[in-house]
Amino acid sequence: MRILVVEDDQEALAYLVKALREAGHVADQAMDGEAGLELASGGGYDVLIVDRMLPKRDGLSLIASLRKEGDRTPVLILSALGHVDDRVTGLRAGGDDYLPKPYAFSELLARAEVLARRATPQESETIYRVGDLELDRLARTVTRGGKAILLQPREFRLLEYLMKNAGTVVTRTMLLENVWDYHFDPQTNVIDVHVSRLRAKIDKDFDRPLLHTVRGAGYVMRDDG
Amino acid sequence: MASPARLRLFRTTAFRLSAIFLAVFSIFSTLMIGYIVKSTMELLEGQTLEAVGRELDELAAQYQLGGIVRLARVVDLRSQQPGASLYLIADPDGAKVAGNVAFVPSAILDNPRPEPQTVPYRGAEETGGFGRRVALVRVFELPAGYRLLVGRDVSERNQLIEITIRALLVTMGLMVVLGLASWLFVSHRVLKRIDSMAATSRRIIAGDLTGRLEVTGTGDEFDRLAESLNTMLERIERLMEGLKEVSDNIAHDLKTPLTRMRTRVEAVLSGARDEHEYRDALQATIDDADQLIRTFDALLMIARAEAGSSGTAFSTVDVTSVAEDVFELYEPLSEEAGAELTFTANGPAPVAGIRELLAQALANLVDNALKYAEEGAEKPRVTISVEREADVVRLAVADNGPGIPPEDRARATERFVRLEKSRSKPGAGLGLSLVAAVARLHHGALSLEANGPGLRAVLILPAAKEIANAA
Repeated sequence: MRILVVEDDQEALAYLVKALREAGHVADQAMDGEAGLELASGGGYDVLIVDRMLPKRDGLSLIASLRKEGDRTPVLILSALGHVDDRVTGLRAGGDDYLPKPYAFSELLARAEVLARRATPQESETIYRVGDLELDRLARTVTRGGKAILLQPREFRLLEYLMKNAGTVVTRTMLLENVWDYHFDPQTNVIDVHVSRLRAKIDKDFDRPLLHTVRGAGYVMRDDG
Repeated sequence: MASPARLRLFRTTAFRLSAIFLAVFSIFSTLMIGYIVKSTMELLEGQTLEAVGRELDELAAQYQLGGIVRLARVVDLRSQQPGASLYLIADPDGAKVAGNVAFVPSAILDNPRPEPQTVPYRGAEETGGFGRRVALVRVFELPAGYRLLVGRDVSERNQLIEITIRALLVTMGLMVVLGLASWLFVSHRVLKRIDSMAATSRRIIAGDLTGRLEVTGTGDEFDRLAESLNTMLERIERLMEGLKEVSDNIAHDLKTPLTRMRTRVEAVLSGARDEHEYRDALQATIDDADQLIRTFDALLMIARAEAGSSGTAFSTVDVTSVAEDVFELYEPLSEEAGAELTFTANGPAPVAGIRELLAQALANLVDNALKYAEEGAEKPRVTISVEREADVVRLAVADNGPGIPPEDRARATERFVRLEKSRSKPGAGLGLSLVAAVARLHHGALSLEANGPGLRAVLILPAAKEIANAA
């Protein structure tokens, strides 16, 4: 995956680029809005990671000019402004996801990977498959090995999101945002309990688990077999 | 050179207003005096001329009957009567033949003119000089060089007009003097009040926030101004106190974990450790950092909520559906913790607000309730309820934990206050103050009540009129 990071804090930028490369990605860097726009306009990136406040040209204006040129590369906005209003402005400017600072690198990586996948035409599929687990988005049914599994509506949405991003790590915050549409951080880890309930339904009676916990990061749907 | 104090007196609003008023008044009075004098004179002159005209007609008739001799006799007769008009018949040399006028300037008789004219004269009974007598006369030339003068005394009329003018002038002068005096008085008083206000303001600017403007109790505009400014000062003082308290608290609640973090890192670095120990120390450091970030986020949230909505348009939010979502979010967790979480509502409850913030506030309350319910004697029970009344929506979270003593309840919603008993629990203690801030942002309130046993936290929000369309 080719990633462009536009960030004006040199130390944070160096750390980010190094960590992204260690995670197996190709990462380019720019330190101001103009340089970032120039690199991004060249194309070829799967995801852009853009700081909101940049010298020369701010992040939102960078995204807006890219979108005006018809460039639809997914953009993850990083920002010290984390209020509901700020998120709305960021997404309205053409950003695809918004991550308030400070963030955990695992969170940023998971979000960038999910965004990169979004560019592939996964959305249009009506049936998601992971191993012998099948989820029919239209009929709203779930089967594993031909056996029907009954899920609550919220459990269905949780599984749908996990399967849509199968093979990619999703964090608890991402689940809270995409399945519950909340952008705050509950003090207690309520999400874990929801995931373990779901796991009991789809994995418990079967020979190998499909829903895995990634320590310190989140969850991933994957058929290891 | 005028002293600065006097200059200042001239620069006051009172002075400008007084000066304008005086000028307008003087112009107006002058015009009025002129008008009164002119119309009075016209009226009196008209009457005089009419009388003189009548006399002339009669005398002309007498002259027709008996010539100059008869005329002279009639004039002498008439001259004897009291309040008589003025008469004079002069021979061609200007000598008096008959009448009650002793002397008029000779030019008047030399150039007889029938048009009315004002002349000085001396009456028959007076001696020497012209005196102050003035008459309005008409002079006719009779055949054979004789002249007839008929007129009336107008000295009294002129005196009357003079008196009137003098009276008006004196009045005007008095007005000017009084105006100046009242301006001096008012200006002086106003300046004194303003000076005292300015002095107090300077003291407050210098940092003494306890200073207040003087209120004299007369209820005048200065008192009203002083009262409003004092209210403003009180609010500022409260805000400053709050700010100070918050910064003290920030210093404490942020410095403590920072110090802990630093000490830990230092301790780990100071000796030889194995990789496992390093990992643990780093993990603990990340956890501390996360806690700090959460505290910071909560502080910023509260600050923003307290500053009021920053352009976020409120939308109609159904509190019942928000509560249902949060209930559903926490239900598995409470089940795992062995608690009983229930949800009741009496139908949709629309309010104008921000869904995200309401959900966060409620999640905070439920989080707290679940934590404290575990400390209770009975099986932990937490109830989320939504009651829609006529004007308000009550969103309540009740638990059966130890509750908060009544004397501590008001303090519980203040920033950073963690009541003594709950010090052992995790959380920065910002939970309830964040909920209170969200309530204020929605023009509502957070009320903490006893639940016997336990605590019942109620968010009271003003109900919106429309029926919620949120799912």
